[in-house]
Amino acid sequence: MTRYSARYRLAFAVTGAVAMLFPVYWMVVTAISSSADMRGPGLHLWPARVRWENLTDPLAKFPYGTWAVNSVFIAVVAVALTVVINLMAGYAFAKLRFPGRNVLFILIISTLMVPVQVVMVPQFHLVVDFGLIGSDWGVIIPRLAEAFGLFMARQFMMAIPDELIEAAQCDGSGQFRIFRTVVLPLCRPLIAVLVIFTFMWRWNEFAWPLIVLKDPESYTLQVGLLFLKNQYGQDYGSLMAMSLLSMIPMLVVFALFQRHFVEGMARSGIK
Amino acid sequence: MAPVTSTVNAGPPGRLRSRRAREALTGLAFAAPAVAVFAVFMFWPLIQVFWISLQQTRGFGIAKWVGLGNYQEILSDKIFWTALLNTAVYTAVSVPLCLVAGLAAALLLNKRMPARGLIRAIYYLPAVISGVSSALIGAWLFNEDIGLVNRVLEAVGLGPVPWQSEGAPAMLSLVAISLWIGLGFNMVVYLAALQGIPREVFEAARCDGASRWATLRRITIPQLGPTTFFLIVIGVINSFQVFDIVYVMTGGGPGNSTTMLVTYAYSAGFEQRQQGYASAIGVVLYLIVLVMTIVQWRVNSRRDVA
Repeated sequence: MTRYSARYRLAFAVTGAVAMLFPVYWMVVTAISSSADMRGPGLHLWPARVRWENLTDPLAKFPYGTWAVNSVFIAVVAVALTVVINLMAGYAFAKLRFPGRNVLFILIISTLMVPVQVVMVPQFHLVVDFGLIGSDWGVIIPRLAEAFGLFMARQFMMAIPDELIEAAQCDGSGQFRIFRTVVLPLCRPLIAVLVIFTFMWRWNEFAWPLIVLKDPESYTLQVGLLFLKNQYGQDYGSLMAMSLLSMIPMLVVFALFQRHFVEGMARSGIK
Repeated sequence: MAPVTSTVNAGPPGRLRSRRAREALTGLAFAAPAVAVFAVFMFWPLIQVFWISLQQTRGFGIAKWVGLGNYQEILSDKIFWTALLNTAVYTAVSVPLCLVAGLAAALLLNKRMPARGLIRAIYYLPAVISGVSSALIGAWLFNEDIGLVNRVLEAVGLGPVPWQSEGAPAMLSLVAISLWIGLGFNMVVYLAALQGIPREVFEAARCDGASRWATLRRITIPQLGPTTFFLIVIGVINSFQVFDIVYVMTGGGPGNSTTMLVTYAYSAGFEQRQQGYASAIGVVLYLIVLVMTIVQWRVNSRRDVA
C-alpha cells in the first residue's frame, strides 16, 4: 500500500517537473528549428532538423554583443556596490549604536513594499538632473537603495556574538579592522546569498532600464529582447534563441548555487 | 567572555563617553552610504511624487499647478478603473492558484523520493528566469495562430482559443505564466514551514486514527496558517506590481483588457509623457499597497496577542 502511494507520488512529482520544464524545452526546440518547420502542418515536439541561423542571424544583425556587455557591466558593478553598501549598513544597524538608528532602519525597511512604479517619475527626474539619462550609471545608482539586501545583512549580523567584537576591541582593533578581520569572514554565507540575489535582480531587471536607456546601443539584454520582439514579430525562432542566450548566466548561477537560492528564499521569504 | 564585557562597560565615565561617541561616529560612517542612496533615491522621490502628482506636465515642458486635478481626472478615467479591475481580477485568480499549487507541490516533495532535490530545483527554476524571457515564452506558447497551446487544443478538438484577440483568454494566459513563475516560491516557503511543524503532532493524529485527508484539513493546513497568510500578503503586493510579463506578453491588450495599474502608470508617464498624471496613479497605487500592509500588520499583531 505505502509502496504504491510512494510510486504515485513520484509519478505526480515527475509529471509536474516535466510540465514545469516544458516551456524551457520548447524554447530550445524553437530556437534550433526553422520557422517553416514550426508553422508546418502537424505537431513537432522535437526539432525536425537543427538550424543554427536563428542564433547567427540576429547576432549579425543586432548589437546583441553590446547589450550583453552592458548587462554584464551593470550587473557586476551593481552587485559589487550594493553588497558593500549593504554589508556596511547591516553591520551598523546590527552592532553599532548611533543616534537615529532605529528610525532610519524602519524608514529603509518600509520602502520594501513601495512598488517601483510609484517612484519612477521622480527617480527619472533625478537621473535627468544628474545627467545620467541613457547611461549605465543611471540604471545602477538609483537601484543601490536595495532594502531587501540590507535587511538580510542586518538579520544575519545580529546573530554574530557581541563577545567576538568586544574581544577584538580589547585587543585594540579599530572598528574598520574588526569589520574586515572579524565580521566579514563570518559572513561568507550571507555574502553568497547577497551576491546571488542581487545579481539575479539586476540581470533580470526590465522596467527601470527601459525607462533610463534610450539609444538601442545602450540597451541591456532584457530591453534588447523587447526590441527584438518588435523586430521579429511572429518569427519566434530567433527570439527564442536570443532569449535563451540571455538566460545562460542566470541558469549557470542557479545550477551552481541552487541551495543558496532555495535557502535564502525560504529563510527570508520576501520577493 | 562575560568578564570581558563587564570590564569594558565599567571603564571610567570619561572614556566611556568618548567610546560611545566614537561608536556613534563609526556607526554613522558605516551606515552613511546606504542612508545617502536611500535619502536621494527613495525618500526624496517618495515625497516628490506627491508634489508632482499635483502638477500637469507634458513632456519636458513647464509644469502647471493643477492641485487635485489629476486625482479628479483619475476618478472619471475609464481606463484607470479598467486597470484597477484587471489588477484585482489578476490578483484574485493568480494568488490563490499559486498558493494551492505551491502547497500541493510542497506536500508532495516533503516526502522522501528519488531525485527529490532535482525535482524541487526544477519547480523553482522559472523563478530565476527573467520576466521578459518568461513573457516571450508565454507569448509564443499562447500565440493564437501558430502557438503550441492552440495547436494542441485544435488537435484534441477544443481549439482554437482567442488568446490574443479576446480579453478573458488573454488574462488567463497571463495567469498561467504567473503560476509557472510563482509556484516555486510558494512551494519553497511552504516546505520550510512544513519542516517547522513538530513531528509529534502528526504522530498523535495517526495514533488517534485520523485519515490523511483529516490530518491535512485539521492539522497541516491550520498549522500552516501564518505561512499562508504571509504568502497571500506577498502575493497580493507582488501581483499589484506585475509589469514585465504584462508589458511584454500582451502589452495590456487586446484593447485595455489586460492593462494593469502599473502598466497604465508607465504608459501615462513615459509613453504619453503625462508625468503628473502618472505620479497621481503612483500615489493611488502606493495608498493601496499601504492599506494592504497595514491590514497585514493588524492581523499579525492580533494573532500574536491571541
